[in-house]
Amino acid sequence: MKLTLKIWRQASTQAQGKFETYVRDDFDAAMSVPEMLDHLNRFLIKSGEDPIAFESDCREGICGQCGFTINGHIHSSDAGTTTCQTHLRSFKDGETLWLEPFRVGAFPVKKDLMIDRSALDRIIQSGGYISVDTGPAVEANSQLISHETAESAFDSAACIGCGACAAVCPNASASLFTGAKISHLAKLPQGQVEAPKRVLSMVQAMDAEGFGACSLVGACEAVCPQGISLANIAQMNEEFRKAWWG
Amino acid sequence: MKLDSKIPPGELSQKWTAFKAQAALINPANRSKHKIIVVGTGLAGSSSAASLAELGFQVEVFTFHDSARRAHSVAAQGGVNAAKDYKNDGDSVWRMFHDTLKGGDFRAREANVYRLAECSAALIDQAVAQGVPFAREYGGYLSNRSFGGVQVSRTFYARGQTGQQLLQGAYQALMRQVHLGKIKLHTRHEMLDLMVSDGRASGVVCRNLDTGHIQSYEADAVLLASGGYGKIYYLSTLAMNCNATAIWRAHKRGAGFAAPSWTQFHPTSLPQLGSHQSKLTLMSESLRNDGRIWVPKQKGDARPPNAIPEEERDYYLERRYPSFGNLAPRDIASRAALERIEKGFGVGPLKNAVYLDFKTALAKEGQETIAQRYGNLFRMYEKITGFNAYQEPMLIAPAAHFSMGGLWVDYQLMSTVNGLFVLGEANFSDHGANRLGANSLLQACVDGYFIAPHTVMDFLAKAKPLPSGPDRGKQGAELAQAQKSQLEKWLQNQGSTTPEEYHQALGKILYEKCGLRRERQNLLAAREEIKQLQKDFDQNILVAGADGPINFELEKAGRVADYLELGALIVEDALQREESCGAHFREEHQTSEGEAQRNDAEFQYVSVWEYTGKHNPKLHQEALVFEALKPTQRSYK
Repeated sequence: MKLTLKIWRQASTQAQGKFETYVRDDFDAAMSVPEMLDHLNRFLIKSGEDPIAFESDCREGICGQCGFTINGHIHSSDAGTTTCQTHLRSFKDGETLWLEPFRVGAFPVKKDLMIDRSALDRIIQSGGYISVDTGPAVEANSQLISHETAESAFDSAACIGCGACAAVCPNASASLFTGAKISHLAKLPQGQVEAPKRVLSMVQAMDAEGFGACSLVGACEAVCPQGISLANIAQMNEEFRKAWWG
Repeated sequence: MKLDSKIPPGELSQKWTAFKAQAALINPANRSKHKIIVVGTGLAGSSSAASLAELGFQVEVFTFHDSARRAHSVAAQGGVNAAKDYKNDGDSVWRMFHDTLKGGDFRAREANVYRLAECSAALIDQAVAQGVPFAREYGGYLSNRSFGGVQVSRTFYARGQTGQQLLQGAYQALMRQVHLGKIKLHTRHEMLDLMVSDGRASGVVCRNLDTGHIQSYEADAVLLASGGYGKIYYLSTLAMNCNATAIWRAHKRGAGFAAPSWTQFHPTSLPQLGSHQSKLTLMSESLRNDGRIWVPKQKGDARPPNAIPEEERDYYLERRYPSFGNLAPRDIASRAALERIEKGFGVGPLKNAVYLDFKTALAKEGQETIAQRYGNLFRMYEKITGFNAYQEPMLIAPAAHFSMGGLWVDYQLMSTVNGLFVLGEANFSDHGANRLGANSLLQACVDGYFIAPHTVMDFLAKAKPLPSGPDRGKQGAELAQAQKSQLEKWLQNQGSTTPEEYHQALGKILYEKCGLRRERQNLLAAREEIKQLQKDFDQNILVAGADGPINFELEKAGRVADYLELGALIVEDALQREESCGAHFREEHQTSEGEAQRNDAEFQYVSVWEYTGKHNPKLHQEALVFEALKPTQRSYK
């Protein structure tokens, strides 16, 4: 199939970027988007050009490494789908695709479609865990957790750390990412001991990274490849209220 | 090179207890004087780094990923095994040991396998304490399911994302130590060489993938937890960046490589659909709990699957292995699929697949229950193929998956280089010639959380301090310069073939001649073809861009160069072993029923290869002694 690709090229964080146009008519509808770029890159390399830098690893939608914007859609025009799980059969023969990196101040562009999402790691570092060393754990069934609670905690824990939520948000807020981790741990009895301390430090870390505040637009939930619900932000706010006011 | 397995004396069930009781300790106040380097942030790397930092050691961690959360442990779907006997179905440490040793076709060390089963229950406790949301029954108790090669239900799971959830636990433990300042984490750093001083691992040489800067880092002990190398087959279930570079470079510095050719082919991957494909996607083995595998009885039957009546379907696993049926171990299920496909019964557009059908389970349990168990897998299947598996069977086929082989380690997980430990899939230790499903997450975690903290401390307590000073610094600078020169050489080569193309060519040779089935003449041909390919690589490699800024092509060139060398060793290993065992199936050695025929009289040992220069591997043997369980012909009939 034929596609015209308008791809954001930027040599480094400091460099000025711009769209370049690439046209090929030998793509296959069964290719995934990264495979489309692999295919294009092979020709760029052979003609002495710098290949397009983009990231993807598992190509199964679980590692969270991939992700850029396609025709203004974060990750993909298919709902709840990572870039790597998007296949060319989703596009029309002859279509033009605009590919550009996620635009978030806290995610500087490193090169072309590749961004720096270490801000998300620093949010987790500030308290996104249960403080348990290796060793003292008690027998796993000694604390019963209802089926519904476990499933709900899983729904929050399913986040893959791709940053799509912040990329789609008009405020560039990372509230869905942060809220999902806070909710995952606060829903479980073993995570409740530290819940007040956790929410205060994680929200502070999120702000310090330069992410915006949440104004409940809800676009994050719509693009999240894992279907993480806006309810996680509500729970974050509730946990924050409890921790702040007691 | 000397192989000393260091198995503690005494009763099998008491060996690990005895080791821990006698292991040397370091006073908590003195631990921070010892520095440990960990390479890799998957389950084994993150769990060992966090656990060692919690003990008080200075830990420095390297990963080529942009975040420690992305390692390929994340992709393991189905579950993690533990001998909890929550189901009252007769499970025990002994039975798990038995299943794992038998599943590995009696090609693993008894003491290691027993320890894996022994430590399994504590891992579930640890993960739950970290907040891993395993599936629960309505009463609040943990839920279990069954996996291939066993007749009990001992697999714990978090929907179809168990690996991701366990990795979140380990990643969070790692992040906590980073926050506390106990761990220095270097993301986007790739290990390119191992420093060895007076026969002892003394550090690593790493390249910063963002800046191109190459530098050495010194340590008192080095832990490699860099994962498996199934991606050497190019089309595999592994992530794009999985590679053998860390372990291969360590191999060239003296670490013996054990059983390199033992790679598991997973029976339930999605089949190859075209030539553009960069990888094959795994569908969890847990699907075999409810899915039934079949092909049409009639060769080349072109009807759509739902139009083929029940009596014209051949449920070949149920037919050949009535007692294990669809849950036959992976090596057996994969070979059985290949047998049907090769005989012309394959289905799908390229006739290279078999059906995995949920019709029976959907009728019995309803779509809601099946969706709760496997919803994300059905969704993933639809995203990749465009087909709905609630309405028609999945198309599946065997694909290169897990490397049982890896750097040889003793009971303490130490390689043949003093002070170099190897954990998780990067080592050869517990799985023998075939790994049972849901044992890989377990092994990575057990190695990292429960074994390395004891054995590394014991090593550091007994080892003499390494001499520090200008000599080591000079050695590090020289090694870094050598790496830099190699990269420059590739960049300046005026070739025409990309690293990716060499990787594809190598994968094709290995799939065809050293894959699910191996045969002497084919292996001899593969040996020559790989040699030719290496020669071609040296002359014709084309690496775009420059050293310095981000350059994925340059990273790939190094990894593919190592894969070519490892590929040659894989073929050598497959040639040398004149028997069939587990995943290693030599056509010359099979029973009249087409099952693997072991040769215990001559091959009851692990082949360990020493690097003595290009194309000149030297074989060493670690004899396997079975005291608790006598090797038998594996039967799942």
